[in-house]
Amino acid sequence: MYREDFPMLKQDIIYLDNGATSLKPQCVIDKMVDYYENYSANAHRGDYDISFKVDLEYENTRELVRDFINAKRKEEIVFTSGATDSINLIVNGFFANLLERGDEIILTKTEHASNIMPWFRVAGNTGAIIKYIPLDENSFVTLDNLKSVVTPNTKVISIAHITNVVGDVRPIKEIIKFAHENNIFVVVDGAQSVPHMSIDVTDLDIDFLFFSAHKMLGPTGVGILYAKYELMNNIEPINLGGGMNESFDSTEKMILKEIPTRLEAGTPNIAGVIGFSEAIKYLQKVGMDNIEKREKELRNYLIEKLLTIPHIDILNLESDSGIVAFNVEGIFSEDVSYYLNKYNVCVRAGNHCAKLTKDVFGIANSLRVSLYFYNTESEIDSLVELLKNKDKIMKEML
Amino acid sequence: MDELKREIILENFQNPYNKEEVKSEDYKLVNTRNPNCIDNIDLYIKIEDNIIKDIKFNGEACAISTSSTSIMIKNLIGKSIEDAKRYIQNFYNMCDELEYDEDLLNEGIAFQDIYKQSNRKNCALLPYRGILKALEDYEN
Ligand SMILES: Cc1ncc(COP(=O)(O)O)c(C=O)c1O
Repeated sequence: MYREDFPMLKQDIIYLDNGATSLKPQCVIDKMVDYYENYSANAHRGDYDISFKVDLEYENTRELVRDFINAKRKEEIVFTSGATDSINLIVNGFFANLLERGDEIILTKTEHASNIMPWFRVAGNTGAIIKYIPLDENSFVTLDNLKSVVTPNTKVISIAHITNVVGDVRPIKEIIKFAHENNIFVVVDGAQSVPHMSIDVTDLDIDFLFFSAHKMLGPTGVGILYAKYELMNNIEPINLGGGMNESFDSTEKMILKEIPTRLEAGTPNIAGVIGFSEAIKYLQKVGMDNIEKREKELRNYLIEKLLTIPHIDILNLESDSGIVAFNVEGIFSEDVSYYLNKYNVCVRAGNHCAKLTKDVFGIANSLRVSLYFYNTESEIDSLVELLKNKDKIMKEML
Repeated sequence: MDELKREIILENFQNPYNKEEVKSEDYKLVNTRNPNCIDNIDLYIKIEDNIIKDIKFNGEACAISTSSTSIMIKNLIGKSIEDAKRYIQNFYNMCDELEYDEDLLNEGIAFQDIYKQSNRKNCALLPYRGILKALEDYEN
């Protein structure tokens, strides 16, 4: 349906690693090329036409992002270099100043490294304590289990909306409501959810949200940080330098600009941010609800087929997203991905940057198929056909 | 890969030699892993009077790493440190496309063509990197 818009799909590959990064439609690539070819100037500083156009285009993307997640104000959107950069800014620019000894940070063991390691360090530096929400038998988060770890010392809950290995969709609306009743901040890792479903930060009442453009048809090197206006205004810049200061003098006095510019020091990824505008428009054209629906169909189709293969163990049968984790009995996941690669099938093997997940699954490594709306039933058929014959895998994986 | 080599690798993957955890104080533990993949192997090594008395291993690793470890262990047990180093160097030479002695390798010859798959060469060499570290530690 949309496949002809994606140059990568002209190659003979079956791309099932969308959780790692998505493919890019031609319009995104063209938009970036257009910048480099026709108005390749810097942002925020020019007094000439093409630089003015850069500012317009750059700010236009900010407005599109605002609208896409239904934020109230443009100042609530800051561009970073990626989801990882965004969460590091949230943790180091905001929570590092807020947390005190004995305060509690609540995470889960199925978070991506990016939503764990910055917290480890801030906990080490401040004396705050990290706690994990116990997961249920499906490795899901429930509100009751969250309640079981919250205490009067809890300051922040930082969790993925959808996790990148288990693929479970967390009940963030209930979690946020409960958290706010108890004066707890909620940080939402939207890296795996914003690309796949409609997210309304105002309706959900999210405090902080972060995600990456490259997992949602956009360029690499662009991340988004959303924070409520008053919170954003209290994030202390980690990077100081050009673009974000109003003035400084030899008395070492610095006056900084307003948000969001204050948090975007240095020359940003202009081509990437501008290119990202086309990704958002594209997603809006397809429709986020249609995307979610289509991925559910594909997921159900894949699961149904995998269940007919006796030597396949699905690890997240009950999950509700386009992420399917499984193993081939008796064969190491990387050997299977190596075999699939011989047939140009791209799937991810390993621990998927979620190294604490092994405490939960009891399994450190798995294969992960992560779908996007441009995948097809026929691609899934090809994958399943290749997985059916275990002897063939054994024979050809070397 | 030709049939015989594949069989050697598969046999050592499915029935790896000395794959068991060791708790005894007589063994030294070294962990060896590849930063870019998920192979993660513990080697337990017992050396007495400059002779490798025993090696066991445990962990999670792909078919190439697992079988390479199994084959390495079979070849090193009973060897003096000096002979062991000779075996290891010869194996490295094969993987690095340098001159090597086929007759020294025994089942290790199964990895003769591994240099053609650069991403899997590291898997075959994984246990060797670990054992070298252990031998160095022993000598110091
Ligand atoms: C759940 C989750 N959070 C965070 C990230 C980090 O994203 P990035 O590498 O784009 O910074 C990822 C990417 O894999 C992810 O899946």
